[in-house]
Amino acid sequence: MNLPVVVNDVHKAYGQVKALSGLSFEVKPGELFGFIGPDGAGKTTLFRILTTLLVPDAGSAFVDGLDVVKDYKAIRKIVGYMPGRFSLYQDLTVEENLKFFAGIFKTTVKENYYLIEDIYKQIEPFKNRPAGKLSGGMKQKLALSCALIHKPKVLFLDEPTTGVDAVSRTEFWDMLKRLQQQDIAILVSTPYMDEASLCDRVALIQQGKLMDIDTPLAITNKLPGRMFAITSPSMYKILLDLQQYDRAESAYPFGDSIHLHVLDASFQIADLTAYLNGKGQQGFEINAIHAGIEDCFMYLMEKHHAHA
Amino acid sequence: MPMPDILQSTDVRETIIYVRDLVKRFGHFVANDHLSFDVYKGEIFGFLGANGAGKTTAIRILCGLSTPTSGQINVAGYDAYLQTEKIKQNIGYMSQKFSLYEDISVEENFTFYGGVYGLSRKQIKEKTTLLLTRLDLLDERKTVLKELPLGWKQKLAFCVAIMHDPKIVFLDEPTGGVDPITRRQFWDLIYEASHNGITVFVTTHYMDEAEYCERVTIMVDGRIDALDTPANLKLKYNASSMNEVFLRLARTAKSTGE
Repeated sequence: MNLPVVVNDVHKAYGQVKALSGLSFEVKPGELFGFIGPDGAGKTTLFRILTTLLVPDAGSAFVDGLDVVKDYKAIRKIVGYMPGRFSLYQDLTVEENLKFFAGIFKTTVKENYYLIEDIYKQIEPFKNRPAGKLSGGMKQKLALSCALIHKPKVLFLDEPTTGVDAVSRTEFWDMLKRLQQQDIAILVSTPYMDEASLCDRVALIQQGKLMDIDTPLAITNKLPGRMFAITSPSMYKILLDLQQYDRAESAYPFGDSIHLHVLDASFQIADLTAYLNGKGQQGFEINAIHAGIEDCFMYLMEKHHAHA
Repeated sequence: MPMPDILQSTDVRETIIYVRDLVKRFGHFVANDHLSFDVYKGEIFGFLGANGAGKTTAIRILCGLSTPTSGQINVAGYDAYLQTEKIKQNIGYMSQKFSLYEDISVEENFTFYGGVYGLSRKQIKEKTTLLLTRLDLLDERKTVLKELPLGWKQKLAFCVAIMHDPKIVFLDEPTGGVDPITRRQFWDLIYEASHNGITVFVTTHYMDEAEYCERVTIMVDGRIDALDTPANLKLKYNASSMNEVFLRLARTAKSTGE
């Protein structure tokens, strides 16, 4: 069995801007694989190369064993691609869009309906509505249906949840989890760090380079040192003190707490309590926590000096 | 970024945005259904809601770009029906979609927007130097914008939006797609602006950022279903995070397809 995706040392530049600087990785059959990184990290460039819409400057890449340069016509028949920007026909109805995509792939909606039923039935009540008049969440469901209607072997979803509210994001990931049961390899990119935990494996990507690639749990386990969450009635003042604490690697706000990263093995919570008491802080709480992907991403960003 | 303690006082505060029974209809569709709220001077006010809940409609009205169907709305001391030009002069606006001009330099963007806001040459020069020094981007002032990383552009766009010292700045998903470190630096800027008395009205899909707001409203189906501090909302909905509060409220939304 061919691997769904193999990438060997791929480079791509736009003029002076290096979009991808030597990426290599493999995606395993049936895997839900996430690319986690901010805008400009190179996610879209990579997806465009793998869907044969761009040619790499150097290196090679294969989709289901087919070369992205030589075999581009064959690849186009077996991949589904949902670009970041809504790219369906706005003035065709929901149903017309779906029939159109089935038609160009020489299949019918009926033939593969089982694959999209779960998703499509949610927008079916609006099947006579022009696609351009749908809400964001509905557009997303239609675009996914259209990308699936020819039963692709590999599905590429470029930032499907960007700008989408928290409820629709959760629903979308539930759909992907169910799709995965259909033996389709899914590559999905996202700037939301919290979505990493929903993938089998993730690549952390920043400025065209992979900072790490592994299961979400392995990535967080690899983070050296320990992580603590600190809460206090006066969060702003305590943040300033924590940022100046010389035994801390970093102190970043994380919602209603501050995450303090400590590499120093001899460090004990009592040391921090004493430091904060010395600064006049009161009523704070310190808890040891397991690091998340966002903690790791920030640590790796600083370590790679990738952040200008 | 947690809230500066200075903002947590319970003193009676000056209202800078006054909204009572705001209704906006498009044909039979009610986008805003009797919204009522106050925003206080210097506050960081989070405006959350699912896609299609009616946030953008309300923001457009508060910015003087759209006329309400009914209700009493006053922004920065001006009436949202009759004094929309005055409103526009007293607010700043930025979003992920609408930011700066990509084909001109950093400095030229400041000069252009300063001119639009009616600043003098001297004021523009002073403000540009001040803000670029703050961002540590003085060396990039001649750089064409499109050559800069997204995170820098978003920070610049924020500075341009406040260069005329507006009373209120509206930020519509300002940190979308930005890397996690820059996202936090952006909130540092928001806190400084708030500390300097600028009211910040912000929307976001990052629920950790909702925690950084002084008060948060959650819109569902054109109505305001919740308005309180993040701490009180979590207490009220028995939730451990704002994400949970949001999911609990927004899931009750009726599915209209709008």
